[in-house]
Amino acid sequence: MVKYLLLIATLTLTACQQKPETSLYQRLGAETGVEKIVDGVLYGIEHDQSIVHHFADTDIPRFRRLLIEQFCELSGGPCKYSGVSMQESHTGFQITQAHFDALVNHLITAMQQQNVAIEAQNEFLAMLAPMYKDVVYR
Amino acid sequence: MKTILTALCLLLASGSLMAGSKVIATGGATNIEGNSGGGIVPWATINGYGSSDEWSVNTFAARVGVDDFTLDSYGVGASFNNQWELSFARQKLGLDTIGGELRQDILGIKYKVAGELLYTAMPQISLGLQFKKNRDFALPSAVGAGDDSGYEFYIAATKVFFDAVAGRNLLLNATVRSTDAHQTGLLGFGGQGLGHKLMFESSAVLLLNYNLAVGTEFKQKPNQLGFADEQHWRDLFAAWFINKNASVVLGYVDLGDIAGLTEQTGFYLSVEGTW
Repeated sequence: MVKYLLLIATLTLTACQQKPETSLYQRLGAETGVEKIVDGVLYGIEHDQSIVHHFADTDIPRFRRLLIEQFCELSGGPCKYSGVSMQESHTGFQITQAHFDALVNHLITAMQQQNVAIEAQNEFLAMLAPMYKDVVYR
Repeated sequence: MKTILTALCLLLASGSLMAGSKVIATGGATNIEGNSGGGIVPWATINGYGSSDEWSVNTFAARVGVDDFTLDSYGVGASFNNQWELSFARQKLGLDTIGGELRQDILGIKYKVAGELLYTAMPQISLGLQFKKNRDFALPSAVGAGDDSGYEFYIAATKVFFDAVAGRNLLLNATVRSTDAHQTGLLGFGGQGLGHKLMFESSAVLLLNYNLAVGTEFKQKPNQLGFADEQHWRDLFAAWFINKNASVVLGYVDLGDIAGLTEQTGFYLSVEGTW
């Protein structure tokens, strides 16, 4: 019973999934998509009292450009991240798990607003999640 | 059942109230024993949405209806720092065919020792301790249980694998529990020559999106009482995380033979509120 239902569930999901021939970058919406996702994240940060203080001394236009570069390069786009390592850029900021969780929520909201497919969202989150150790409690 | 429906209506009406920072669904559901998990298995997850330095409280009500029995559970819990979880649950097993009822209370504490469900290669690992106390012991005593209370210790490892199956995230959980409980304690604890045994429990859950998940669970049972066979439990469920304040789980359960009544299968319904 359980086995059959799982099999059906798997088959259904597999059938619904469009096997992506295009890169993750394309599925995130390419240049425009990545920019809009980053803008969505920035909007989230700006309106989040729990983390906005971390960005009090941040040069926002530069931060935006670096984040776009990073998202673009990570997802296989034609960019090169020109910033410092995640560890370097976050050390000393006393970023907690709650701050990291908040940022993840803003990223998810931004991707949802751009109607990024759930498969692409998960693939992207899989790339970003391991950065936790370089960002939090440094 | 009326309680469950009322609770659900209240939760839906509550809208988006204060909730913690954790990502939706990462607090898990609340299992019938009152701690964060699936339906019948405790996970390493900490209940609610409280992240570091944040508090969370939760309440749940659940009903399992099988051929000859009805198990009602309800309880409350509190969590802190995404690390500590305290829970209290009250259970009532209605012996629909035999007549009468068996009640027990469960006090639980869970502590996360390592790993982060979403963010580390190592699974999230938690230790849990449960104290269970029967409120009806005449029947358990008559069928051979030696004690009306018992301790259970468990270790659980849980991890979410992103983009694992058809682009969906997959949660896997393994739990090992030391217990001397008969039918999870509803039929008492220990007895002549009976002691703690290590039992294995597991869950696999596919997160279809941020709000919907389907899963299956297995719970090994010690089968120590001589009077009737106790069998492993299995379930299949769909969970709907409506928002960070409310979730509903609907499932199919197979509890095997209970107290000599064979092939007990039926439904599982649970509603939970978290703040």
